[in-house]
Amino acid sequence: MSSAHTKTEHGHADHNYLNHGSGIWSWMTTLDHKRIGLMYFATVATLFLIGGFFALGIRLHLAKFGAEPLLDPDTYNKFMTFHGAIMVFMVIIPGIPAFLGNFVLPIQLGAKDVAFPRLNLASYYIFIAGALIAASSMIFNQVDTGWTFYTPYSTAKTSNGVILLVLGAFTMGFSSILTGLNFIVTTHKLRAPGMTMDRIPLMIWALYSTSIIQILATPILAITLLLIGAEKTLGVGIFDPDLGGDPVLFQHFFWFYSHPAVYIMILPAMGVISELITAFSKKTIFGYRAIAYSSVAIAAVSFLVWGHHMFVSGQSTLAGIVFSIITMFVGVPTAIKLFNWISTMYRGTVTFEAPMLFALGFMFLFTIGGLTGVFLASTGMDVHFHDTYFVVAHFHYVMVGGTLMALMGGIYYWFPKMFGRMTSDLGGRISWVLIFTGFNVTFFPQFVLGAMGMPRRYFDYLPEYTNLNQISTVGSWLIGLGFLVGLITIIHGIFKGEKASDNPWGAKTLEWQTSSPPPHENFTTTPTVTAGPYDFR
Amino acid sequence: MTSVSSSSEFQHQHHFKSAEHQYASSKQGIWLFLCTEILMFGGLFVGYLIYHSLYPTVFKNGSETLDWKMGAVNTVVLLVSSFTMAAAINYVQRGLHKIAAIMLALTIACAGAFMVIKYFEYSHKFHVGTVPGKFSLVDPSCGAGGKRAECESKISALLKNPAELEKNHVSAEEVSRLKAVISQPKWEMFYGFYFVMTGLHGVHVVAGAFLIFWIFIKTLRRKVGPEYYTPVEGVGLFWHVVDLVWIYLFPLLYLVG
Ligand code: HEM
Ligand SMILES: [Cu+2]
Repeated sequence: MSSAHTKTEHGHADHNYLNHGSGIWSWMTTLDHKRIGLMYFATVATLFLIGGFFALGIRLHLAKFGAEPLLDPDTYNKFMTFHGAIMVFMVIIPGIPAFLGNFVLPIQLGAKDVAFPRLNLASYYIFIAGALIAASSMIFNQVDTGWTFYTPYSTAKTSNGVILLVLGAFTMGFSSILTGLNFIVTTHKLRAPGMTMDRIPLMIWALYSTSIIQILATPILAITLLLIGAEKTLGVGIFDPDLGGDPVLFQHFFWFYSHPAVYIMILPAMGVISELITAFSKKTIFGYRAIAYSSVAIAAVSFLVWGHHMFVSGQSTLAGIVFSIITMFVGVPTAIKLFNWISTMYRGTVTFEAPMLFALGFMFLFTIGGLTGVFLASTGMDVHFHDTYFVVAHFHYVMVGGTLMALMGGIYYWFPKMFGRMTSDLGGRISWVLIFTGFNVTFFPQFVLGAMGMPRRYFDYLPEYTNLNQISTVGSWLIGLGFLVGLITIIHGIFKGEKASDNPWGAKTLEWQTSSPPPHENFTTTPTVTAGPYDFR
Repeated sequence: MTSVSSSSEFQHQHHFKSAEHQYASSKQGIWLFLCTEILMFGGLFVGYLIYHSLYPTVFKNGSETLDWKMGAVNTVVLLVSSFTMAAAINYVQRGLHKIAAIMLALTIACAGAFMVIKYFEYSHKFHVGTVPGKFSLVDPSCGAGGKRAECESKISALLKNPAELEKNHVSAEEVSRLKAVISQPKWEMFYGFYFVMTGLHGVHVVAGAFLIFWIFIKTLRRKVGPEYYTPVEGVGLFWHVVDLVWIYLFPLLYLVG
């Protein structure tokens, strides 16, 4: 029982954050973290559709169904770049923290809002500005470098559109920093009475660790992107070998951010999973402290392993070995989480509503993705697998199978709290089956293709790779269909869903102690916390 | 719903317990942001150190072409501005709005002076050709792509033309320094770092000046005072970081040879 005084007055029950002020303007100028969260949801979902369009384009092209190739090589490279850049910088990185995090973090802490509500709104508009700047490169000067912007190609050879795209990513990085900063201060300063650091929900531990990475790593991305801009406009030569610069330095800088960034993507997902597993097992989470501290441990280790992306870039053998060994250490805190989730389900009263299915899907797919990461982290194997479809399959298993699965699960889980209505559980399950099956059909063959030696990012391939590519393309349409069904259940839920009770899943964290949807200030009286977050049994 | 803080007219925001609570939170936020600023410059410093150790003579010769006197004057200007800024915070806290506003105005003046001196330094470099890669070439056909070494630099063209030298106020001493620079392969590298580091710092100076102007207005309108001075203190801390970065940039670029 985490709180005593949180019962909401149901007198004029219908006053909540959704109808607190009406009209577009009241949304666009809102300082309410819940509304800002939903605005991120709408934005990220739109961007996801655009990124998905490029994905389907890539896969259709690679299926080679017709006699003519669907895309010319140049267009193919642009599709691949925009797909990657949109999905990474605009969907997966902001997805869980900025949308679900914004919505639940203050409520779970028993706070009225985040520490800096105006900054929160500003972060949203900075994100929009960044997305627009990046998108303008689609119109003016398309980019074909891949999302990693490797020099010297990005600085010496390709079009000036790169400047727009990196400027957009820089701006979105700024938004990411500000959100992280806001979350850290909120967690430190705005916890309800009795909510000590060892009573905060695991979702918050995950968001907190993520915020630390955002603050420490994103500035390095910022300077790297600025340097690309400076290289392109002034020819400063820091990455240009002609002038004495070193393209490998770019890779060091880039991965010093982008490896920790994969944990910006996955840690919040793990937070969501911790909430789902305990809520749908009706059992106290096993090893609260271990899960909480493993988030912080992952954040810490994530800064020491970037070199595993550069085993074949010409860095020294010693560096390769060191990075390889440290990378293996990441497996430890990750495994701790996985085993704790499984222990939580053991002898729990497990039910399989849609959110739980997504949580289980996460555990299954993320495990495959994580284990193949260990293959890649072994220097010898990486020489074979590097820049093949094996890597593509690896990161899709962790990023899509992991983060997007958790995002979907989180949406279905918190949906009743957001809108005061339920989604159709059947719809959610159908969407899960389609996404889960489609996902494996799409990406499992890519492990095989990679092992057979098919390189990534290529417009064309040898005939022996045809069948597996075609299977993969069929799978991609299943995924697309699955997300479409998901979207329909969500839209249906918003307008036609059954009325939700305050705590439809019988969960214990604070957000379920207030009404659905919550009032403008989250609680009618500030809750007092007297016990840990998951007191089932 | 706002509740009134005990101290006086200042109202803290509704989601904080008290004015003190809000102040402590804001301060933490500002410090975290300043950490990100320092980390961002940190990336440049790391790059600088790597290339300095790879090409020590390039950096030594390059550094000798910088005008350390101008750099030193700028260092003094920034130190003075840090002092006036600190004084402004102190006066705002004591409710002495008029003198606080004067101190803030002086700080902005220092920022302006810094940028004017920087402008003279930059323009001189553009005249003599000690500029980043792309602009250091005379012949526009000498673009990227491996042929730079064969291209003649703007500096060597300048050095052959005494009239131009005089027009650009280049002393005999500077001529010898410029010659030392272009005798080094990869000499543009140093100026790449010089312009990116001082350029990014300059952007921060300008941004800082705008922020100080914003609190200058706030001070004149008495929106800040003894009960509430968080923005003044926050901008002040930002300004000290801008100052601090320069304190590192100056010796690294102008003095270490
Ligand atoms: C936690 C979630 C993870 C995510 C989101 C993720 C994401 C990614 C991404 C996006 C890439 C490809 C980068 C590119 O475009 O070149 C990649 C490559 C790689 N990942 Fe992961 N990864 C995760 C976990 C892991 C783990 C746990 C390990 C090791 C134990 C690992 C090891 C590697 C290695 C070694 C590569 C480089 C492969 C190569 O390019 O040769 N990853 N990962
Ligand atoms: Cu990595």
